[in-house]
Amino acid sequence: MLSSVLPLGFLAPGREAVVREVSGGKELRRRLGELGFVRGSVVRVVQSQSCGPLIISLGDGRVALGRGAAQKIMVEELDGRELDGRSPVK
Amino acid sequence: MVASSQAAAKTPKEITVGLAGNPNSGKTSMFNNLTGARQHVGNWPGVTVEKKEGRHIRDDVVVRVVDLPGTYSLGAFSEDEAVARNYILSGEPDLVINIVDASNLERNLYLTTQLMEMGANVVIALNMFDEAEKKQIRIDLEAMAGILGVPVVPTVAVRNKGTSELVAAAVGAAGKEPGRAFTIDYGKEAEPGIAKLEAALAGVETIKHLPARWVAVKLLEGDESIYGRVMQSPRAGEIIKLRDEVAAHIERVTGLDPESLFADRRYGFIGGLIRETVTRKSTVEDRLSVSDRIDRVVTNRLLGIPIFFLSMFAVFQFTFVLGGPLSGYVEAFFGWLGAVAGALIANELVASLVVDGIIGGVGSVLVFIPPIFLIFFAISLLEDSGYMARAAYVMDRFMHRLGLHGKSFIPLLVGFGCNVPAIMACRTLENRRDRMITILITPLMSCAARLPVYVLFVGVFFAAYQGLVIFSLYLLGIVLAIVMGVLFKRFLFKGEVSPFVMELPPYRVPTLKGVLIHMWERGWAFIKRAGTVIFSVVIIIWVLANLPAGVEFAGRESYLGAIGGFVAPVFAPLGFGTWEAAAALIFGLLAKEVVVGTFGVVYGIGEEGLAAAIQTYWTPLSAYAFMVMSLIYIPCVAAIATIKRETNSWRWTGFAVAYSLTLGWVMAFLVYQGGRLFGLG
Repeated sequence: MLSSVLPLGFLAPGREAVVREVSGGKELRRRLGELGFVRGSVVRVVQSQSCGPLIISLGDGRVALGRGAAQKIMVEELDGRELDGRSPVK
Repeated sequence: MVASSQAAAKTPKEITVGLAGNPNSGKTSMFNNLTGARQHVGNWPGVTVEKKEGRHIRDDVVVRVVDLPGTYSLGAFSEDEAVARNYILSGEPDLVINIVDASNLERNLYLTTQLMEMGANVVIALNMFDEAEKKQIRIDLEAMAGILGVPVVPTVAVRNKGTSELVAAAVGAAGKEPGRAFTIDYGKEAEPGIAKLEAALAGVETIKHLPARWVAVKLLEGDESIYGRVMQSPRAGEIIKLRDEVAAHIERVTGLDPESLFADRRYGFIGGLIRETVTRKSTVEDRLSVSDRIDRVVTNRLLGIPIFFLSMFAVFQFTFVLGGPLSGYVEAFFGWLGAVAGALIANELVASLVVDGIIGGVGSVLVFIPPIFLIFFAISLLEDSGYMARAAYVMDRFMHRLGLHGKSFIPLLVGFGCNVPAIMACRTLENRRDRMITILITPLMSCAARLPVYVLFVGVFFAAYQGLVIFSLYLLGIVLAIVMGVLFKRFLFKGEVSPFVMELPPYRVPTLKGVLIHMWERGWAFIKRAGTVIFSVVIIIWVLANLPAGVEFAGRESYLGAIGGFVAPVFAPLGFGTWEAAAALIFGLLAKEVVVGTFGVVYGIGEEGLAAAIQTYWTPLSAYAFMVMSLIYIPCVAAIATIKRETNSWRWTGFAVAYSLTLGWVMAFLVYQGGRLFGLG
């Protein structure tokens, strides 16, 4: 079962999710896109502080994201299960 | 098609190669491997982006290597991207070597797809191949080369592995006409529209050297630079109308704007490519890589800040404990040089020009070379190891409250060493508002050159509390930077805090060679800047100190003394309305530590008897007010020149000068008059 869609900023550390939508301004969307935040990419929260920035694992890289940017990325949480034939374990 | 257009015009023995890649892909290491010491640093025309060029000689072929700015993509949004893109489109490079981090393929290949869509003649260097192998990532090189239709060469730039094979592949590819054009399938919703637009673009004069399909894609993405070029065409109206129709159609059918759709499709292509060519053997335990484990500690909510301060403390200890004695040697050397020159030159005026003016002035700046090189060494070490990005992450929460983000912290930190490289470091901030604010507040970071001024006065008046008083000045600078930052944000650069998005490179053990090259580049840039600007100012001030003819050097009767006397009343409410103090502050424009030397001259006793003179003419309160002024007022000429260069605006440069003068005066006034109110001084 897939859980509902929520902003990446609400995801608990250690959890994995699939990006469903990137909103926000054109500039932000473009920069997030460059780094690989596009629909279908699998992300994992490495570090998340209560109100500070997050560290996200994306592919083989790590990206620091401010809270504001993280709220603009809508994700669907994974339960460690297969999705679209792609393994969430990358 | 772009790449080979000029090849015939050149001698067959020279090829030009552009080096493209993401930040942190190891591009710089590869550039150093290729060119060794045969490097030349300049600027790209019209922008402040640095242009590095070098030569690699192999048998009978000279490979001219041009290092392009590290970018994640090739839009025209930032100066870096525009520079890289325009260079590739210019037709000057015979081919582009794309450095790809093999341990982070997905993101790195995004740039590759863009290079290839532009029609560039690409050779891929799969760099950090050893790290990929360590991560159990197996890459089928032949399959990848086959799908992309370009040579793929595994390399390990930090160990100089694969460089020779890469050059061979580049030389081999340089002569070849590119085969089939590389295209990404943007799907049935978009392709017919792209084709229509491409057809409409045929024969448009303003884009005739560019691949038509690429122009069509960029137009749909809303790329401003391409838009601008098309708008110059007489057929602009018709083309833009078609563009808007196609874009609207794509949005209606897919629910996505073309830019998002194309990014998705490019990543889709990359995903497919990786599925075809890469096998991973990873387990759940592997996912928590060493980098993640270090990050758990270093970016920890409780430990992050203490670790950050500890590393900063280490940087300062390293810089000043080691740099102090080294500066002493430089000082001694210039002292000796002055003595020798003075003895050799018979004409008194010329001797004074050379000894007091040139050697004294330039020497007083070069004294700071050791600490500056050392702080650059330490900063390069932090950067190359990957920690710097974490420091920005750790500080983001705090900086965010000030309306800036974590990345602004790095320039501020560098500012404690020297404001010049600190202002240069503001380039890493993409957003202009953030960059301008950071440039404006960086000079409030008390650089190494201000320390001698504090040491002089503190030694005389506050010997018992030396550390505390000096620390209070550093702290004052930081607090003012925060306050001014908030004010600038509120009144001059309104708008939201730009979102904090930054790649965290994996931790790596830095190589000595890499760190030394980094240190050298930055240090040398400082020397050059300092050298040219300061030399001219040194001469001006020397002339002022020596005219009218026959006066005592920098005496009351000289023009400098006269100017000092003229300006002095302005400083009277601050407790130091003497011509000597005013002259010292004027000289301090050269470099703040020159203030000390100037007192030596104007009190006519040299630096040895200075303590006694200071004791006579100053009070603890006026001394403290003077230190506050020294901290805040106009950064030195080298910093001003850098601000001009980086902001590319005389207006903002003038503003930086004016606001720091005003702020310095107001703060010193508050200190002096406030102190008097409390019966001090």
